[in-house]
Amino acid sequence: MEAGALSNPVLRARRNLTDRIGEPLLRGLSGLAAALAVAALVGIAYEVIDLARPAISEFGIGFLTTNDWNPVSKDFGAAPFLYGTVVTSLIALVIAAPLSIAISIYLTELAPLRIRRPVATLIDMLAAIPTVILGLWGILVLGPFMRDTIQPALNDVLGFLPIFSGDPSAFSYLTAALILAIMATPIITSVTREVFETVPGDLKEASYALGATRWEMVRQVVLPYSRPGIVGATILGLGRAIGEAIAVAQVIGAAYTIHLSLFHTGGTLAAQIASQFQNSAGLQKASLAYLGLILLVFAVIVNVVARIIVQRGHIKDGPDVDVDAALTEAQAL
Amino acid sequence: MADGSHALLLDRGNLKRRNRVNRVVEIGSSIGAVIAVAVLVIVVGSVVLKGAGALSWHFLTTPSGLFGDTSGGMANALVGTLVIVAIAAAIAIPVGILVAIYTTEFASSRFAHPIGFVLDVLNGVPTIITGIFVYGLLVAGNKPSGFAGSVALAIVMLPIVARTAQEVLTLVPATLKEAAHALGIARWRTILRITVPTAAGGLITGSLLAVARAAGETAPLLLCNFIFAQGVLTDPGEGLASIPLFIFQSSESPSPEAHTQAWAAALVLIAFVLVLNVVARAFYARSRKRMGA
Repeated sequence: MEAGALSNPVLRARRNLTDRIGEPLLRGLSGLAAALAVAALVGIAYEVIDLARPAISEFGIGFLTTNDWNPVSKDFGAAPFLYGTVVTSLIALVIAAPLSIAISIYLTELAPLRIRRPVATLIDMLAAIPTVILGLWGILVLGPFMRDTIQPALNDVLGFLPIFSGDPSAFSYLTAALILAIMATPIITSVTREVFETVPGDLKEASYALGATRWEMVRQVVLPYSRPGIVGATILGLGRAIGEAIAVAQVIGAAYTIHLSLFHTGGTLAAQIASQFQNSAGLQKASLAYLGLILLVFAVIVNVVARIIVQRGHIKDGPDVDVDAALTEAQAL
Repeated sequence: MADGSHALLLDRGNLKRRNRVNRVVEIGSSIGAVIAVAVLVIVVGSVVLKGAGALSWHFLTTPSGLFGDTSGGMANALVGTLVIVAIAAAIAIPVGILVAIYTTEFASSRFAHPIGFVLDVLNGVPTIITGIFVYGLLVAGNKPSGFAGSVALAIVMLPIVARTAQEVLTLVPATLKEAAHALGIARWRTILRITVPTAAGGLITGSLLAVARAAGETAPLLLCNFIFAQGVLTDPGEGLASIPLFIFQSSESPSPEAHTQAWAAALVLIAFVLVLNVVARAFYARSRKRMGA
């Protein structure tokens, strides 16, 4: 077998010996590394459940619907933070998803070829900004601007709605939602753009040949073709939004019950853990871990669903789309 | 081209309406792109404008003062972040690349697929949860430490390194590996001498992106590495200051001086992260070109 490669029998014997060690060594080490990755995920689930156990046995499933968080009377519930997480993430998506689709249309259909790549890179860079810096900007720049300009304007026009009533505040659900929208946009954009680029050119040209305007072509060809990718990307953006702790903790302020007004301070699952975990003990710490468990379940479901949707659409619609790689890249960047 | 229709058809009635809708959408999506770029410019611009003034040699080389004292600098945070991220990288990069080698070279698809799935789920785990995990594993019953922070950051980095490594390892042309096999070279030698060097650019990309991500990560450090003594420390067995936590704590302070310090530290962090990203992209482009992808 190796006779052609090494004719010297001494050298060949030595090579066989190192191969006999090296081959299983690399296989074993790399297998061990893979096992470590699996162990990390299992360990995370186990440890969070373990830390939450006192709170789980104390409050049970009613924890989810208790609208209170009182360290003095030791009444803890997840409802205010579940509400905050859902509200801020949904607003963030309502802003980020259409914005991302618009950007992707611009980058794949409208922009001059020369500036497509630079603009795409700039938008990717937005995802690279550490969230603590977005939070700092949120506290000192965006928050005051929201309080002094945006919230009074919204209140003037839509103040009859309970969500837009109440006193303006720099720390609010709305400010947190905007920060999350800024974080989610580059993630959703990088996936939708990648998906848009895989739409076959002949389909687009066929649409133009039938006299469609550019928008009609996009609406009738690009969007339907890309739907699974768009949905998957949006859900991935949701995953990012519900899991963000630091930036939200910085800009949402603190409130321990549900408030309908978006101008009010509030809390989310992740932000509550970030702001209280350090200085808590006993049942409060266990309750925070319980919040963490709820968040973990959410995050895992969201990620799995996003990938299933994207993958299914991907198999159905075209074999040459590496959407999964795009998703990974988007999350890494 | 859609625009050519102007010459042939009269732009009125239904066509006029369709063209107008088209125009509105085109302008709208261009505005969308402008908004996204503007947000980047505004955020980075704020950091540069407000941070540059406070950035000085004194700020970079003096440790921060006691709580509320803003006469100090960020030297301890700078050194702490370097130590914490270096240890995290030393754990996550080799392990991540080994995971990728396992799934692309050794494992049957029956194992490779579930492992890829685990990496994706791990990537989707909120970092604050990773912080809770490492808190329970290393800090509870012990004490907060830079090392615990490193372990948490390593878990954050692992799926990024492993996924990008998987991607580039599969891009290595099969002909190269087949040539090595045909020469009777053992598989492990092929991997270490042919596959990995060919993919080196992409592996570096993944590693740099992971480092950039870890350098700015705050949540796990908040849970695993909080109490630290004064002065510049390098012992990861103790709690170490870090740039993200320095920014976080200064941003929560009511004093304008502390805010100025937060902006200056943010400028240092953002410069580091953006430079790493640009370098990483350059390596990626070069590596793809080299492998003809």
